[in-house]
Amino acid sequence: MAYSDKVIDHYENPRNVGAFDKSDEGVGTGLVGAPACGDVMKLQIKVNPDGIIEDAKFKTFGCGSAIASSSLVTEWVKGKSVDEAVEIKNTDIAKELALPPVKIHCSVLAEDAIKAAIEDYKAKSDQIKKVEAAE
Amino acid sequence: MNNKAQDRWNEKSPVYLDYQATTPTDPRVVDAMLPYFTARFGNPHSRNHHYGWEAEDAVEKARAQVASIIGASPKEVIFTSGATESNNLALKGVANFHKDRKNHIVTCVTEHKCVLDTCRHLEQDGFEVTYLPVKKSGLIDLGALGDAITDQTVMVSIMAVHNEIGVIQPIKEIGAICRERGVFFHTDCAQAVGKIPLDVEDMNIDLMSISGHKVYGPMGIGALYVRRRPRVRLVAMINGGGQERGMRSGTLPTPLCVGLGEACAIAEKEMGTEAERLRMLRDRMYKAFMERLSEVYLNGDLEHRIPGNLNISFAYVEGEGLMMGIKDLAVSSGSACTSASLEPSYVLRALGVGEELAHTSLRLGLGRFSTEEEVDYAVDKIVGEVERLRQMSPLWEMAQEGIDISSIEWADH
Repeated sequence: MAYSDKVIDHYENPRNVGAFDKSDEGVGTGLVGAPACGDVMKLQIKVNPDGIIEDAKFKTFGCGSAIASSSLVTEWVKGKSVDEAVEIKNTDIAKELALPPVKIHCSVLAEDAIKAAIEDYKAKSDQIKKVEAAE
Repeated sequence: MNNKAQDRWNEKSPVYLDYQATTPTDPRVVDAMLPYFTARFGNPHSRNHHYGWEAEDAVEKARAQVASIIGASPKEVIFTSGATESNNLALKGVANFHKDRKNHIVTCVTEHKCVLDTCRHLEQDGFEVTYLPVKKSGLIDLGALGDAITDQTVMVSIMAVHNEIGVIQPIKEIGAICRERGVFFHTDCAQAVGKIPLDVEDMNIDLMSISGHKVYGPMGIGALYVRRRPRVRLVAMINGGGQERGMRSGTLPTPLCVGLGEACAIAEKEMGTEAERLRMLRDRMYKAFMERLSEVYLNGDLEHRIPGNLNISFAYVEGEGLMMGIKDLAVSSGSACTSASLEPSYVLRALGVGEELAHTSLRLGLGRFSTEEEVDYAVDKIVGEVERLRQMSPLWEMAQEGIDISSIEWADH
């Protein structure tokens, strides 16, 4: 299968590989996919007090398209507010990377990963607010 | 690194490590074939002139060469277009000939698709098929085979050497069971001919499928061995001029027949030394992976295995992703993400390899033109890429943190 130049670039020079401490305040972690399906993505975002995603990291088990999709979204979410980031669509990812039809699921997974990370961040900050309110 | 190998990489043609997919045609085979395209172009079935006789002599010599490598008589060898056709003809031909008396076939879940698909078609035609499971080693259980045979069983079809995992089934023992129980024994030997010694008498084989392009011969030619004593009868699939004793009509392609014959003759002569050399290369490769990487698993038995095959799961690194990083190596992935199905190999699943490990497997095939330099280069590339991808694998990270991946509830997608 011929990969697009953008997929190859992200595969060979993946952006923002790594991990944040899950327990840090402002860090949201999304883990999506399944080993049995051949794709697992872990996407983490670091959100500042103004609700802006300052930094993002990923680790992915999967094919080149899965790695590229997750690498790309770490670039895209940086600088966006949480509400903007949640609007990222898998079709935009697929278009940017020129993914063939059999690889669309990789972009779907990347979208799911962003949503899961944001959900985790929101759940955590709600928890903190509750604790603060209780105090 | 020798100059030849260096030149090849400079030209950016990848190192070939996919000898179970196909083998290059040996130059000696090509030399033998060439005259039969041009000067000796006759139709081997033309009985009235020199051109026909010349081609017929060549075809009959080739038939004898094919027969020789399996201990058969030339009269028992018919030429086909390849092992897929041979497998179809053996199964459908024998089953249909005996369909009024018997309707049961025994085969195995890890057979090649062309055997499995043929069996599915026979099932649609009213036959019953038993698909034997395999052990973790990839080998069938002989007791289970014996139990599966009934008085309705017409034939057993078990491949000799597996195309993905290279394991060698106990063909002689299977043949003995079949003979004792009075059922025909067909074996797909596409990956076995020229790799391991085969003898149709000693092994009680009644039908054997042979492929040209897996034995350094040309593509588009194969053969089917059909026993004469006791005679195995079958219904032809291709009707016409009655060539090949009526079992396979159509003009024989003289150059291709000559190529298959020559390939068998070379293999028969060189098999011993070639196997020894490949075993050294294979062991060198396997040892290097085991020493340099952790969590590397061999799929299929090591001992009962052809020397030119490794099928390895590199845990926590997805096979297709890995292949993308080793573009200058031509290998095959058991992950099958490369195919449209996105399903991991049915063969690895049948061995009981977990889906997550099945997604991390590579098939590495070595052959006649593989070199030590190529093996070392491939090992370096694969080890480097596995290490890189593990650093970006969330599963590897979890494993390092001591998290049991199977304890996590993964969502299906």
